[in-house]
Amino acid sequence: MSELTLTVMRLGFLAVLWLFVIVAVQVIRSDLFGTRVTQRGAARRGAQEPRAQRQPAAPPQQQQRRQEGGRGNNRQRRGAPTKLVVSEGSLTGTTVALQGQTISLGRAHDSTIVLDDDYASSRHARIYPDRDGQWIVEDLGSTNGTYLDRTRLTTPTPIPLGAPIRIGKTVIELRK
Amino acid sequence: MSSTTNTTTIGTIGAPSRRNTELALLVFAVIIPVFAYINVGLAKEETVPAGVLGYTLGLGLLAGVAHLVVRKWAPYADPLMLPIATLLNGLGLVFIWRLDQEPQISTPQLGGAMAPGQLMWSTLGVALFLGVLIFLKDHRVLQRYTYISMVVALVLLISPIFFPARFGARIWITIPGVGSLQPGEFAKIIIAIFFAGYLMVKRDALALASRRFMGLYLPRGRDLGPILVIWALSLMILVFETDLGTSLLFFGLFVIMLYVATERTSWIVFGLLLSAGGAVAVATFESHVQVRVHNWLNPLELLNGGVTETAQAMYSFGSGGILGSGLGQGYSRLIGGIAPKSDYILATVGEEIGLAGLMAILMLYGLLIERGIRTALAARDPFGKLLAVGLSGAFALQVFVVAGGVTGLIPLTGMTMPFLAQGGSSVIANWALVAILLRISDTARRPAPTPAPSTDAEMTQVVRP
Repeated sequence: MSELTLTVMRLGFLAVLWLFVIVAVQVIRSDLFGTRVTQRGAARRGAQEPRAQRQPAAPPQQQQRRQEGGRGNNRQRRGAPTKLVVSEGSLTGTTVALQGQTISLGRAHDSTIVLDDDYASSRHARIYPDRDGQWIVEDLGSTNGTYLDRTRLTTPTPIPLGAPIRIGKTVIELRK
Repeated sequence: MSSTTNTTTIGTIGAPSRRNTELALLVFAVIIPVFAYINVGLAKEETVPAGVLGYTLGLGLLAGVAHLVVRKWAPYADPLMLPIATLLNGLGLVFIWRLDQEPQISTPQLGGAMAPGQLMWSTLGVALFLGVLIFLKDHRVLQRYTYISMVVALVLLISPIFFPARFGARIWITIPGVGSLQPGEFAKIIIAIFFAGYLMVKRDALALASRRFMGLYLPRGRDLGPILVIWALSLMILVFETDLGTSLLFFGLFVIMLYVATERTSWIVFGLLLSAGGAVAVATFESHVQVRVHNWLNPLELLNGGVTETAQAMYSFGSGGILGSGLGQGYSRLIGGIAPKSDYILATVGEEIGLAGLMAILMLYGLLIERGIRTALAARDPFGKLLAVGLSGAFALQVFVVAGGVTGLIPLTGMTMPFLAQGGSSVIANWALVAILLRISDTARRPAPTPAPSTDAEMTQVVRP
């Protein structure tokens, strides 16, 4: 075999070997950007689109109404709260966006809002939306009780906008 | 969804499964060794070797079946590990076959041609790879066997003491009529399972109970227990099996996993001090270790005249230069014995494809290890994290110990270059290791199940138009 052929093959082999390495590194590049940071507003708009697509046959006025609702307060119902605000206690200032999920309160580490409060039970109360989108607070058998305004809760109770819910030293409210 | 007042949301991009990327890279990974095979044939015999079609089909079949199984049973697994492992294994086969062409080192006394045997072991390795992927549905199952794996690993590590030493080290189990195997290769996987399960439970005690002294967290005396026990065991391996490699792998793996589990730099300091102290102490009275250290420090003088294998390997690298002598055109047969096929295969690589090629091979090992560590970062469960770190750490230590030994950075030890070197136990165990890593990465990269659509929104829309 001629010297030239072997030299070309030798260099060619090194080239393909390195080409493989480079291609492999290119594949890795996609992993470097493994998380996506989006602005809330953008995320919300993005989240609405699939919902609109899911019911393409909806009457026009319904679509319009839904868009209005989305622009106004992110919910279908006008006047519904959009966030939960801690107004007193060690977590003062914390807000949680209300997006249809159940919010658990208590000292347990897996609670949505972990209360660092001697008067709170580990699973103290939960706040959840009912089928109409009305937010309900329910005491989960806590020792010291959950108070809506001045009354101690015994049954799941709808939360009026801005009414203080008191758990130990913590006070939370629902706001628009 | 984030809950506090910040205005951004951090979410993971839904990772595509990347199976087609893997397939494309696999085709590449089969073509490169075939190219090398033809190149060796042209250089040695001036013809395309007769076995090229069979070799291509065999390697392609192994890669294809492995790919289909990954596609079916681990669809979100990392796309790079399988192609890199295939490429390294394929190149290893070519290099062993190329050394088989040298009559001086392929005499029947030395075991004859070894490429066919290695091909068989590789097939078995891929079979074990498939078995692990199919039957190990969830790596967390391994956590149940934490203490059983400890016992099994200890048995595997200790058993070679009862068998005669070969090439100066007791790391083989010989079964008459069947052959011999190196249990240390399998022990490294099983011991990683034990360390991961143990450290997951104990890491809080090891990390938190400590005093701060001169910038280092000093652990309490009794928390030093585990590291001292492992240190003593690895020293006993060094003394009784006279194998520096296994000892270093075993202790190094524990220190790496301890560091990852506790985030305390002090464990690394302790580990380095202990291993340096232990190695020096053993080297003062163990003759086999002394010989290895002597050959490392004085490669040009052998006790009975002539030069050592270490020096021969250096000459190989030197004669290869930057671009190498070309496949099939080196003189690594001069190293003698079967060493060029096993421990010193990197010398052949360095001579025939040069520094450029050797660096590419080391990059491939680096990429495989990087994928393992990346899997650990992405894994959501602490056991999977520690296991992925442990397995890639064991792999990395093995590559370091062998490459360091061959290039003269550390004294040579009797370990094999994963996938590349001749050795059945090594290739089988490393395929199993890659399979477990793929299983963890499949779990880690699998997109989270989509939450059930909010019934609240749907109902209000339907009921109140």
